[in-house]
Amino acid sequence: MIPGALREAVARDGETIVYVPRERLLEVMTWLKETPGQEFDYLVDVTAVEYRDRERPLEVVYFLRSLKRRADIRVKVELQASEELSVDSVWGLWRGADWLEREVFDMFGVTFRGHPDLRRILMWETYAEGYPLRKSFPLRGRFSRAEQVRQALNANPEAHYSLEELSIADAAGDLPDEMRDRLRRGERGVIPEPPSSSP
Amino acid sequence: MKRVGEVQSSNYLLAKFHDLVDWAVNSSRANSLWPMPFGIACCAIEFMATAASRFDFARFGMERQAFSPRQADVLICAGRLPFKLAPVIRRIYDQMPQPKWVISMGACASTGGIFDNYSMVQGIDTIVPVDVYVPGCPPRPEGLLYGILLLHKKIKGESLFDAVRRRDEQPLDERGLRLPPETIDEISEPFGNSVHQFRSS
Repeated sequence: MIPGALREAVARDGETIVYVPRERLLEVMTWLKETPGQEFDYLVDVTAVEYRDRERPLEVVYFLRSLKRRADIRVKVELQASEELSVDSVWGLWRGADWLEREVFDMFGVTFRGHPDLRRILMWETYAEGYPLRKSFPLRGRFSRAEQVRQALNANPEAHYSLEELSIADAAGDLPDEMRDRLRRGERGVIPEPPSSSP
Repeated sequence: MKRVGEVQSSNYLLAKFHDLVDWAVNSSRANSLWPMPFGIACCAIEFMATAASRFDFARFGMERQAFSPRQADVLICAGRLPFKLAPVIRRIYDQMPQPKWVISMGACASTGGIFDNYSMVQGIDTIVPVDVYVPGCPPRPEGLLYGILLLHKKIKGESLFDAVRRRDEQPLDERGLRLPPETIDEISEPFGNSVHQFRSS
C-alpha cells in the first residue's frame, strides 16, 4: 500500500472502511483499481454524508467492488466545512462516476475536479436555492411556495438538454430552424436572483 | 320549465332549443372523453388498473387513450408532481384543444400529500385548473371511476350559451402564474404532521 495514504482504516462487521486524505484520493483509487490482488473494477456508488454534529466533517463515500474477488471496500474522504468542498473526480478510472458525482454535486455542492460535465442532474440547471441535502437547507426550500412555482413555470423544459443528449442529435438537419438554433446555442437559461422577500 | 326530452305525448317533444343543443353537445362530450394520462407515480398503476379489463373505463366512452395532448379531452394527473415537471404539465395542458378538463388523481397531485418538501408542487391546481380531485393514496380504481362519473355530471351541467357556466381558457398571467402569489402560499401551507416542521432551520 502507498505509505501515508491511509488516515484510518476500520474493519467492522465484515466491512472495510478506509479514510483517505483528499490529496491522496486519486492515487489510492488508482492503486485499488489496478494493483493485482486488489482489482476493484466496479464503482458501486458515490455519495456523501453530512452529520448533524457540525464539528464533524462532511464525508464523500465511495463504494467499490471487485467483481472477480467478490470483495467490497468503502473509501471515505473527509471534507472540512470551513474549506472548499472539492475532491478529485474518479471519472478517469470508472466512467460510471459521471452521473454519481453529478448527483453528489447537485445535492451537496461538492465539486469534483476533472469531471467532464459537472452540472446538476436531479434538480434543473437553473435551480437557485442551493444544495438540498445539506443540513443548512430548510426542508421546504429557501423561497416561498409562490416563488418556487413562478420559477418552475418560467423554466424552459427543453433547455436542460444539449443537442448530444437529445436522441435527435443526428436528425438535427430536419429540425425547425428556431429549435435548431436554440439547441445549438445550448440555451440553459440563467439562474434567477433570489427574491428580496424570501423568508 | 319542461326538462329536455320529456315526452308530452307519443307524438311530439317539447324543449328549449338551447337546452336541446346543450344536451346534444354535452352528452357527446361527456360520453367520449379521451384521457391524456400523465402518470408520474404509483397512482399511475391504479390508473392502468382502471383502464384494464376488470374495471375498464372504456365502458364510459374513454376507449381511446390519447397519448398526444392534441387529441385529448381530459388530463389525468396521476402522481406527485415535482417542480421540474411543472412546466411540462402546463405545456401539455396548453397544447390540449378546448374544451378540456383536468382530473387530479390522488393525495399528492391534489395537495402535495406526504411530500411537503423543497421539490414538490403542493397541489397541481397551482399550475393548471382542476375539475375533479380524487382523494386516496393511491385511489382505488372505483375511486377514479367515481371521479370520472362526477366529471361527466359536471360536463352535462355546462352550457354553450351561458358564459358563466362555460369553461374559458385560463392563460398564465404576466408573472407566469395561474394564481396570485398570496393564494399559492396560502394553499401550500403545511398541514397534518408537517406543521411540526419548520420552514427555516
